[in-house]
Amino acid sequence: MISRIRSRFGPEIVAVVLLLLAFGFSAFREPRFLDAEYLFDRSTLYMEAGILALSMTFVIIAGHIDLSVTSILALVGAICTTLVSKYGLPPVAMIIVAPVVGGALGALNGLLVSKGKLPSLVVTLATMALFRGVAQILLGDHSLPMPKELVGIHKIQLPGTYFHVPMVLLAILAVIAAGVLHRTVWGRWVTALGTNAEAARHAGIPTGKILIQLFTLSGVAAGIGSMLMLSRLGVARFDHARGLELDVITAVVLGGASIFGGRGTIVGTITALGLVGVVQTGMGVAGVKAEVQVAVIGLLLIVSVLFSNFTARKRGR
Amino acid sequence: MTRKSIFALAALAAFGAIAPLGCKPAGKEGAAGSGDTPKTGSSRIVFIPKNMGNPYFEAMEKGFQQASKELGFEFSTTGPAVAEPTAQISYIKDEIQRGATAIVIAANSVDALNGTLDEARAKGIKIITVDSDLTGNETHRDLGVLACDFDTMGDFLIEQMGIIMNYEGKFAILSATTDAPNQNKWIKGMQAAIKNPKYAKMQLVDVVYGDDKDQKSLTEAEALLTKHPDLKGIIAPTTVGVYGCAKAVEQAGVYPGGKNAKGAGVSVIGLGVAKQMQRHLKDGIVPKVFLWDPAEQGYIASYAAVRMAEGKFTPADGATINIPDLPLTKMGDKKVGKNNVLIIGEPVEYNKGNVDKYAGE
Repeated sequence: MISRIRSRFGPEIVAVVLLLLAFGFSAFREPRFLDAEYLFDRSTLYMEAGILALSMTFVIIAGHIDLSVTSILALVGAICTTLVSKYGLPPVAMIIVAPVVGGALGALNGLLVSKGKLPSLVVTLATMALFRGVAQILLGDHSLPMPKELVGIHKIQLPGTYFHVPMVLLAILAVIAAGVLHRTVWGRWVTALGTNAEAARHAGIPTGKILIQLFTLSGVAAGIGSMLMLSRLGVARFDHARGLELDVITAVVLGGASIFGGRGTIVGTITALGLVGVVQTGMGVAGVKAEVQVAVIGLLLIVSVLFSNFTARKRGR
Repeated sequence: MTRKSIFALAALAAFGAIAPLGCKPAGKEGAAGSGDTPKTGSSRIVFIPKNMGNPYFEAMEKGFQQASKELGFEFSTTGPAVAEPTAQISYIKDEIQRGATAIVIAANSVDALNGTLDEARAKGIKIITVDSDLTGNETHRDLGVLACDFDTMGDFLIEQMGIIMNYEGKFAILSATTDAPNQNKWIKGMQAAIKNPKYAKMQLVDVVYGDDKDQKSLTEAEALLTKHPDLKGIIAPTTVGVYGCAKAVEQAGVYPGGKNAKGAGVSVIGLGVAKQMQRHLKDGIVPKVFLWDPAEQGYIASYAAVRMAEGKFTPADGATINIPDLPLTKMGDKKVGKNNVLIIGEPVEYNKGNVDKYAGE
C-alpha cells in the first residue's frame, strides 16, 4: 500500500499530508483558529511570499537560487514611490513600471550568472546586498507613502466571499506557472537544465538564454510582490521583506523541490506555503512563542526533506 | 486511474473543501464581534516588544507583571524573534483574534503597522505604544507612553556634564551608530545646548561612534583619551557606550581620583543600566549614569491601559491620569501632552548611593 502511494505521488505528497495534519491539529487545539474571516485575513500576509515562491520554484528546479528577490522587491518599491512622489509618475503606472523595473534588475542577475559564468549563489548574494543598499540610499531611514488609490488591495474581496484580490491573483499565476512548468517545452528545458546542465547544453537547449529568462522572471515576480506589499502596508521602505527570501526558499524546498535542481512542482510549493501559513497561524492564535515557532518550521523542513528524498529515491528520480 | 487524473481529483476535492470556507455565511456580515460580551474586570493586556529575548523589554515585562497582580488583569507577552519593521503584524492580528482588550507595543516601524493597528482599534482594542512611538502617525494609536522627554534629553545631559566639570573644560561624546535616530537627535540637542552662554567655557572637542559594540566602544574611548590628554569628560548616551568608556578610564587610571588622573580626571556620564554599571559607580570610576526604569514604563502603560478599558480614562491633550506611587518613584497625576503622549518624567539618576537599590533584582 505504502509503496503504491509512493509510486503514485511525488514528494509533494509529504507537504499535502502535513498540511492536512497541521490544519486538523490547529482546529482541534484552538477553537479560535477555525474562523474563516480570520484565516483569510491572516493569509494576506503570505501572498507576496507566494508569488516569489512561484518563480523561485523555476529557479530552484533549474539548479540555481535567487537570494536577491526580496531586495529587488524593496528596491522596486523604493524606485516606484520615488518616481511618483518626486517625478510625477501617475500612480496607476506603477502597476506596469514595477514588474518592468523588477525584470530589469533580475535580468542583471541572469546576465552575470549566464555570461559571467558565476554561481547564482554568489551573484545573488552580492546583488541582495547591492539592491538593498541602493534602496537605502534612495529612501534612507524614511518611508515613502504608496499613493492612496493603490492602498488596501488585500481588503478587496470577491463579492460574497472572503477570497481577496492577492489570493485570486496568486491562484491565477500558480495555474499559469504550473502549466508552463509541466506542459511546455520551456518548462521541460528548465527541468533538463537542473537535472544535468552539461547534458542539456549538448542536447542543444539554449541554457544561457534560459538562465537570463529565469532570473528576469524572478525579478518580475518581485516587482508584482512589491506592489502587493506596498498596497498592504501603505508605505515603501528600504527594509521591506528583509529575510523573507528564506521563507520563500523554505516553501519551495518543503514543497518537494530538490535544491540540487531537476525536481519540483508548483502544487508542492503552494501546498508548502499553505503549510507554513497554517502552522504559523495555528501557533500564533494559540499563543505559542516566536522562538518555538521558528524551531517548529525548522523541524518541519528537516522532516519533509528527509521524506521527500526518500519518496523521490523510491520513484527512481 | 492514471496519476494525472488522481491529482486533478485531489485538486478538485481540495478546492471543494476550501471554497465553502471562503464564502461568507449569510447574515454574519456586520454582526461580527457583537456576540462577544464585554468581559468586565477580566481585561487581557498583551505586550508586543520589538523582539523577544531582549533584556531591556524583559525588564519592562516585570512592570506589567506587577501591575497585573495589583489590578487583576490577564497579561501575556508575545512578539517576533527579530526586530524587523513588519514582523509584528502577524502577532497583532493573532491577538485581535485571541480577544485582547489592549495591546501595548514597542513599535518596530513608525508607519508600516498603521493598517494593522487600525484593524485592531476598529474592533475596540486599545493601542498603547511604549518606548518607541509612531512618530508622525500618532493617530493610529490611542496613547504613547514615553520614559522621558527625548526633545530635552540633549539639554539635560549637557547640564549634568556641566555640574560635574564645573562648566569649564573640554568634553567629548561617544555615541552608538551614525544612523541611530535617537542618538542623532540627542547629539544635535547637545550641540545646540552648548551655545547657551551658561556653557561658554565648555568645549565639545569630538563626537565618536562605538556602534553599540563593546570592543569598538572601548577602543574609541581609549582613542579619545589619547587624542585629548586634557579631556575633562565624556558623555555616552548609550548603555553599551557608557560601559566602554567606564572600562577605558578605569584601565587608563584617569577617572576622578585615579592614579594617572590630571587634576579632576575624566568624568564619564551617560545612559547606563544600573546592574551593568554597579561596580564602576560603587568604586567611584563613574560619578553617575542615567536611565529610565523600563519596568516603570511597563507598569504605567498597563495601568493606563486598564483605566482606558474601564472607560475611566480617555487620552486627550491635557487629560490627566492618577498613577499610584512606585516603590522607587513618586508618580501622582500625570498629564497627557500633544499627540496623546504621556511622558513619565526625568531619567532616574544612578550613583554610588542608590545603585544597589536599583540593581537589586
